[in-house]
Amino acid sequence: MELDVQYLLQQLVNGLSNGMISALIAIGYTMVYGIIELINWAHGDLCMLGAFFALTLIGALGIGAWSGPMAAFGVVILLLATAGFCGSLNLIVDRFAYRPLRRAPKLTLLVTAIGVSFIFVNLGLFWGGLPMTVFGEGNAAAAPKNFPAIVPATPILGGEPGQVTLTVRDLMIAGVTMPLMVGLWWLVRHTKLGKAMRAVAQNPTAASLMGINTDRVIGATFFIGGALGGFGSVIYAINNGTIGFQLGYRAGMDAFTAAVLGGIGSLPGAVLGGLLIGVARSLSDGYLEARWTPTLVFTILILILVFRPSGLLGLKSKEKV
Amino acid sequence: MSPMATPLLAVRDLRAGYGAIDVLHGISIEVAKGEIVSLIGANGAGKTSTLMCISRVLRIRGGSISFQGENITDLLPDTVVRRGLAQVPEGRKIFPRLTVGENLEMGAYIRSDAEGIEADRARVFTLFPVLKERLSQLGGTLSGGEQQMLAIGRALMSRPTMLMMDEPSMGIAPILVARIFEAVKELRSEGMTILLVEQNARAALKLADRGYVLETGHVVMTDSGAELLKSSRVREAYLGD
Ligand SMILES: Nc1ncnc2c1ncn2[C@@H]1O[C@H](COP(=O)(O)OP(=O)(O)OP(=O)(O)O)[C@@H](O)[C@H]1O
Ligand SMILES: [Mg+2]
Repeated sequence: MELDVQYLLQQLVNGLSNGMISALIAIGYTMVYGIIELINWAHGDLCMLGAFFALTLIGALGIGAWSGPMAAFGVVILLLATAGFCGSLNLIVDRFAYRPLRRAPKLTLLVTAIGVSFIFVNLGLFWGGLPMTVFGEGNAAAAPKNFPAIVPATPILGGEPGQVTLTVRDLMIAGVTMPLMVGLWWLVRHTKLGKAMRAVAQNPTAASLMGINTDRVIGATFFIGGALGGFGSVIYAINNGTIGFQLGYRAGMDAFTAAVLGGIGSLPGAVLGGLLIGVARSLSDGYLEARWTPTLVFTILILILVFRPSGLLGLKSKEKV
Repeated sequence: MSPMATPLLAVRDLRAGYGAIDVLHGISIEVAKGEIVSLIGANGAGKTSTLMCISRVLRIRGGSISFQGENITDLLPDTVVRRGLAQVPEGRKIFPRLTVGENLEMGAYIRSDAEGIEADRARVFTLFPVLKERLSQLGGTLSGGEQQMLAIGRALMSRPTMLMMDEPSMGIAPILVARIFEAVKELRSEGMTILLVEQNARAALKLADRGYVLETGHVVMTDSGAELLKSSRVREAYLGD
């Protein structure tokens, strides 16, 4: 069989594009794990609520009808508002669900996160049943909702048959995720808050003996991780075209696998893992069959957990961030 | 000894424990401004627990703590540091994947006076010149003795009124132990108040103005450092005489 280079390159472009979204969501898993060793089961579902929030906002402001520069402005509003929504919601959950359990066994924390996940999923189901025009009134609560293509998939490169195509949407995804990742890296490396986050992750007792309010730093971590998930949920929804209460399961599983593959607790690991999972998915979609793709993702997850639990860039054993 | 008029730190009838077990059964300790007070006792006597209670890291089950005349019993750990009471914890607890510079920066977390911080950094480098050479090295790659110096330097970066040190000589080569005790003396000559927990009871009591002997969560003796060194009970139990 002759290798169709153009087809392969197109799969890679699609894979990297989707992978950047997974990476953004994966960062939320990895940051929280890095600082309190919690696998935040509810993170994917937080993103699902973010997508519902964004769609509701589109309906309320009529953003779906905006075009040209106004559409770009609409996307910026959606991104910032949804990031604020998801960040705040994550912060509130930490304050009332996880903070009281700081000294509890890690398993208690995990079970609580699973509980939060159930609550989020049911909130999503309830939200989807609200009679809103933008949801397609009369639709069942569980039915997928159309998410308007505010950013069109117009080609900016290629576009003809036989050419590798890069769309405005791919550009938006890169334009949103890359600055956020660079910004986060800078924050964690060079700001006082970032250094305090690393200090709390490495030794919370010592951090409090330095006068660091560890609860506040952990709260900030939840906010930032949640906000990045909010950004991720908007670009995911635009890219995907539909949203539903189960979105957190799909997007969340990809991102969680990405975080584990990269080495949970490691920020560069989450990015690398996200890109690899994205590419693996699109290669599976393109060369195997789309219905095998979730199986492939699960297989990757299980293989890493068995053979290399610390992931590609993770620190061995208990070391993190 | 007669009670002090206004001790800088006053711990009264302190009780604390872990889970179902009480380990401090009513400890009372006073430290006056400018004093070095030493806390000695066998393994498991409750020395670390006492310091962790004072820093408000360990939950208190009874009694009270006051610092500079104010009740700090119900404060959070970060607020205690802001009030001027810092601790060099047992086992050093430096941040292994932060650089030496970043570790010191975390010590100054509560401050924002850039010039003052820079001055205190210079002072730490005078005290422990090796830290300046290792500035961009990760904390976890320092030797044990260097880590201890970093832990002391880091605590000094909050510019505390009083410093609590938990076994600063533990697991360190004798020559570095000497250096660390030198540093303690220098700090005292600059007016620092110090509560020193030590395994090395002889060195600690020589240095200390006063000492407390802790046994299974009780204060069993307190006297001047010189008197404790002479006491037969201390000599037998802690000095190996
Ligand atoms: N985290 C903990 N959980 C349960 N028990 C603890 C904990 N830390 C200390 N203990 C117990 O509390 C008692 C006092 O311990 P502490 O560490 O305060 O003693 P110490 O005087 O500092 O001893 P050492 O000289 O060995 O450092 C001991 O019996 C110890 O086993
Ligand atoms: Mg101890």
